[in-house]
Amino acid sequence: MLKAENLTYIYGQNTPFETKALDGADFSVSAGEFAGLIGHTGSGKSTLIQHLNGLLKPHSGRILLEGRDIWEKGAKMRGVRFAVGLVFQYPEYQLFEETVGKDIAFGPKAMGLSEAETDERVREAMEFTGLGADLAEKSPFDLSGGQKRRVAIAGVIAMRPKVLVLDEPTAGLDPSGRREILTHIQDYRAQTGAAVVLVTHSMEDIARVADTVTVLSRAKPILRGTLDEVFSRREVLTGIGLDVPAVTRVLLRLRALGLDVDAGAYTLEDAVRAVKAVRAC
Amino acid sequence: MLKDITLGQYFPGTTLIHRLDPRAKMVLLFAFITALLMANHPLTYGFVLLYLTVTVSVSRIKLSSLFRGLRPMLFIIVFTAVLNIFYTPGEPLVTFWVFKITAEGIERAAFMALRLIMLISATFLLTYTTSPLALSDALARLLSPLGKIRVPVHEFAMMMTIAMRFIPTIIEETDKIMNAQKARGADFETGNLFRRAKALIPLLVPLFVSAFRRADELAVAMECRCYHGGKGRTRMNQPHMAARDVWALTTSVALFAGVTVLGRLGWFLP
Ligand SMILES: Nc1ncnc2c1ncn2[C@@H]1O[C@H](COP(=O)(O)OP(=O)(O)O)[C@@H](O)[C@H]1O
Ligand SMILES: [Mg+2]
Repeated sequence: MLKAENLTYIYGQNTPFETKALDGADFSVSAGEFAGLIGHTGSGKSTLIQHLNGLLKPHSGRILLEGRDIWEKGAKMRGVRFAVGLVFQYPEYQLFEETVGKDIAFGPKAMGLSEAETDERVREAMEFTGLGADLAEKSPFDLSGGQKRRVAIAGVIAMRPKVLVLDEPTAGLDPSGRREILTHIQDYRAQTGAAVVLVTHSMEDIARVADTVTVLSRAKPILRGTLDEVFSRREVLTGIGLDVPAVTRVLLRLRALGLDVDAGAYTLEDAVRAVKAVRAC
Repeated sequence: MLKDITLGQYFPGTTLIHRLDPRAKMVLLFAFITALLMANHPLTYGFVLLYLTVTVSVSRIKLSSLFRGLRPMLFIIVFTAVLNIFYTPGEPLVTFWVFKITAEGIERAAFMALRLIMLISATFLLTYTTSPLALSDALARLLSPLGKIRVPVHEFAMMMTIAMRFIPTIIEETDKIMNAQKARGADFETGNLFRRAKALIPLLVPLFVSAFRRADELAVAMECRCYHGGKGRTRMNQPHMAARDVWALTTSVALFAGVTVLGRLGWFLP
């Protein structure tokens, strides 16, 4: 579906402030996949995902969307932007229209859709993000922080991207706000079959929603695989200052203390089930 | 990408030029420009050029960086040179149609171009080797005597310092919002003037909203730290003139004064 090969990107090339933000990074996501991208601050996550829709041009390497190089001569970059919807970090700061409805309609309008189709997309996107229809006529600047963020996400969802990429969509939200956003994103994938790339530095978020994980460290992916594959390499994760989810740590500790519990559970629900299974026998 | 157009970017370093007191550097630049404008003879030109070359090489600023700064000014330099070539009276070397090129014209054009290049390079050398904050602080200190005649020097300096501090932030923010809107299909590059101006709305509205928010936050933060204007305010890092500053100042100013006087009076010069 979407594939990045051997990307290298250097900020401020030929100045004293040169930073190699990507150094031979590979990344891919297949249709319908929910891919997590994790790494500590400054590891290059945001830089990587800005390559996926052509906002940044790699200094070397290439990006293939459905088999075609997006930087190929004659390729339509705007088409790429609509196919790969990118939600930036703290997207609430990009809102600008008088009403929520108009703001969400910005993407569909740019695509050149008809009025009726645009309205339909806006309604649908608000539903996906759990925004009540009564909010459509409100000013986005009167909403709460969490609502603003959902409006911004709806603005990208309204383009019905085949790949939805979100840069730390839960940053700075309280636990219920985090859960809510993640649930909405899961719903969007379930109902449209779109692929999702979720950037985060929260293992709990990844464990809750992702199928696969890519771990980025110092401009390079160092681990990639299913949740089980990645979380079983705890020593690599701790080596770069990350760790398995907190509940998994509890289970691992229980095992170390001699309790025969399955430590392959990454969410609270699974962990409870694992512990109950021990008690049962 | 927007970052590339910032004029007078600061290249941190530890060379003698970097370590000079910013006030001394400002005075030196002023003296240098005076000498440059007074120079009117190959010998005096040669001297200021030598001086500039030596300072640039001591500062370890790459020539390519210096020339990059010159590029936006290239048009003005060429324009001035061309005007001088054609409009200097004298013995014509070549004549075609209504134009005539004189030897004096060529000579003057070369000197004018050289003068502009040196003037711009010297100014860039100051901004390349001095942080913007140090610069505005130095300017405020040099102007502080004006406070005696009720010019609000402190307020101007504070405004300038805050503006300088936030230029990179705002540029970064502009970049970010621009990218966010591009990701939603915004197009800032094509269309006629009217369409392009309209395309800026999704950029400018969030930018202003966030600038006001920042201003608000900054005001609160300053009040929380008991900021109440310039009266009785002291600073943690007191700049002081070191021996090297005094040396640089006295020798350079003396040399420039010598050059200027010699150039004007034409003593000893053929
Ligand atoms: N616009 C920029 N200009 C210069 N350097 C940048 C810019 N954006 C990011 N960087 C640098 O690139 C590296 C990777 O940053 P980023 O991709 O934002 O990491 P992450 O999203 O994982 O925190 C960091 O060292 C960061 O300082
Ligand atoms: Mg980031």
